[in-house]
Amino acid sequence: MFLGNFNNQLIKKMKLKHMKQLARNSSSILLGLALIGCGSNNTSQTANQNSSSSKTMIQNAGSDTMVNLAQAWAENYAKVNSEVSIEVSGGGSGTGIAALINGTTDIANCSRAMKAAEQQKAKDASGKDPKEYIMGYDALAVYVHKDCPLEELSLEQLAEIYGENGTITKWSELGITIPGCTSDEIIRVSRQSSSGTFAYFREAVLGEERDYKLGSRDMHGSKEVVELVQNTPCAIGYSGMGYATPEVKMLKISKTLGAEAYAPNVENTIAKTYPIARPLFVYSLGEPEGALKNYVDWCLGPEGQRIVNDSGYVSLTN
Amino acid sequence: MQYQRGRWSRVIEFLIEWLIRISGISAILFVFGIFFFVFKEGAGFLVTKWKPIEFFTSVEWYPTSLSNKRYGILAIIAGSASVTLLAMMIAIPFSLGAAVFISEFCAPKLKEVLKVLIEFLAAIPSVVWGFIGLMIMNPLIIKIFNAPIGLNVLNGGIILALMSIPIIVSISEDALKAVPDSYREAAIALGVTKWQMIYRVLIPAAKNGLLAGGLLGVGRSIGETMAVLLATGHAVQIPNGPLDSVRTLTATIAAELGETEQGADHWQVLFIIGIFLFSITFVINLIAYLVVKGIRIQAGDS
Repeated sequence: MFLGNFNNQLIKKMKLKHMKQLARNSSSILLGLALIGCGSNNTSQTANQNSSSSKTMIQNAGSDTMVNLAQAWAENYAKVNSEVSIEVSGGGSGTGIAALINGTTDIANCSRAMKAAEQQKAKDASGKDPKEYIMGYDALAVYVHKDCPLEELSLEQLAEIYGENGTITKWSELGITIPGCTSDEIIRVSRQSSSGTFAYFREAVLGEERDYKLGSRDMHGSKEVVELVQNTPCAIGYSGMGYATPEVKMLKISKTLGAEAYAPNVENTIAKTYPIARPLFVYSLGEPEGALKNYVDWCLGPEGQRIVNDSGYVSLTN
Repeated sequence: MQYQRGRWSRVIEFLIEWLIRISGISAILFVFGIFFFVFKEGAGFLVTKWKPIEFFTSVEWYPTSLSNKRYGILAIIAGSASVTLLAMMIAIPFSLGAAVFISEFCAPKLKEVLKVLIEFLAAIPSVVWGFIGLMIMNPLIIKIFNAPIGLNVLNGGIILALMSIPIIVSISEDALKAVPDSYREAAIALGVTKWQMIYRVLIPAAKNGLLAGGLLGVGRSIGETMAVLLATGHAVQIPNGPLDSVRTLTATIAAELGETEQGADHWQVLFIIGIFLFSITFVINLIAYLVVKGIRIQAGDS
């Protein structure tokens, strides 16, 4: 008798709770997927001119290396021209290019060049050739913890650390010990695969055909890489030179073992002696017009280029 | 006049009745629609190119390789499993203890406060948990365990445990509360201590509810994305211990879906992972449901 009563009560309660929970658990994954899917299906919108309001909106997405720079441009441009508002988002160069192809952004920031296949896709989708601008240069810096005694690495050593089947896994193999890193293991900090920095580093250091060694910590932003290296004595990571802090050390890089190594700074980037320096791109669909053209011209002008320098990168005028 | 108003209100009632009915049906339609969509996106690859043996047994996850694309998710499954296992090892004892305390020992006033606080734990957005993992737990774990890196199974496990505790506590507490007082009175009448009563009478009586709570906690942990993305280190490898970094199934989808080209192999594989995840949570929820339903059959027998 008691048991029967009790169970009925319990069942009623449990059922209610349970249904809620059931819905929450299983649908959250699905809903997430579905939303993403639907979102990218939607290839409309982001016309430059929003006719209902007087303000012109420019959508700007892409490279995480350039997100601070793009933000600084947008903020300063707002002071010059209050009629235009620029919305900046990151996500990685690949995300920016995907958004350009899907028509959800007006300009894409990229820390790598757009591939021929991507250019073709953008053309197929919009009927316009993507227009490329070089906005400045970045020396892709290799960061270690500030207590790390290492000063320089060669590209081959970097490839052995990061590449698939690479032979260097311990700091002692490079002949050093790091205070605070008892395990001696090299903690590789890398980027997620939508990152232009991820793609550029693979191309420039590992070579087109070689993949990364699995087991690297793949961070979701340039800043996160530097933050993790800063907090982790065993770590090594790569990120834009604009993200340097006093808490981390930037290594000098040489082309081959024994050759002269160069620090990632403005002079070495201009002289092209730093081996892993790259241009920073902005892409638009077709020739930019109207407000978009004014904005890009402003970014390429003296004010925009000063901001490139202030953000820690190398301007074109240098 | 009277009559007319009556008719008017009957029309409104009819409309409202149908509105509610449609709302009810739409929920079911949405679930099926979402399932259909996810399945459709992955189906092309699933039928033509999918190699289930490689998919489930290879640890090589190279979806963006330029020379040789490989889609093996064993290491990622191991990542999800290890984080969930650790989370449950932490969450279940704590939640059970909390549920027993709240339902049996607590003064009514404190009980209300505790329940609100535990519910509050569930209201913290998962990205905030991830941020706590990244900024607070990471240096702490490095310092305490002398680990090379603090973003690992342990970090993700603790965060997920904290996130699933509210669910397990509230369901367990309900299950304990639903045990009739006559059980407690009978036990006390037999002269047992409070601990014996809980251990020998209440927990066995409420065990199906407690089990269901635990299973729903597992479902919550496996499905969680943002917090584990930030806290586990996002590294594709089979962990050798709680101090190794891992990557979970959910985090893989979240990190990679935005960048992939629609309809490409990589895109479809991510949806297959989605189908796989959905199957796992579906089975877990089904078991939890059957566990609860199990008591009903017993009750019917008695």
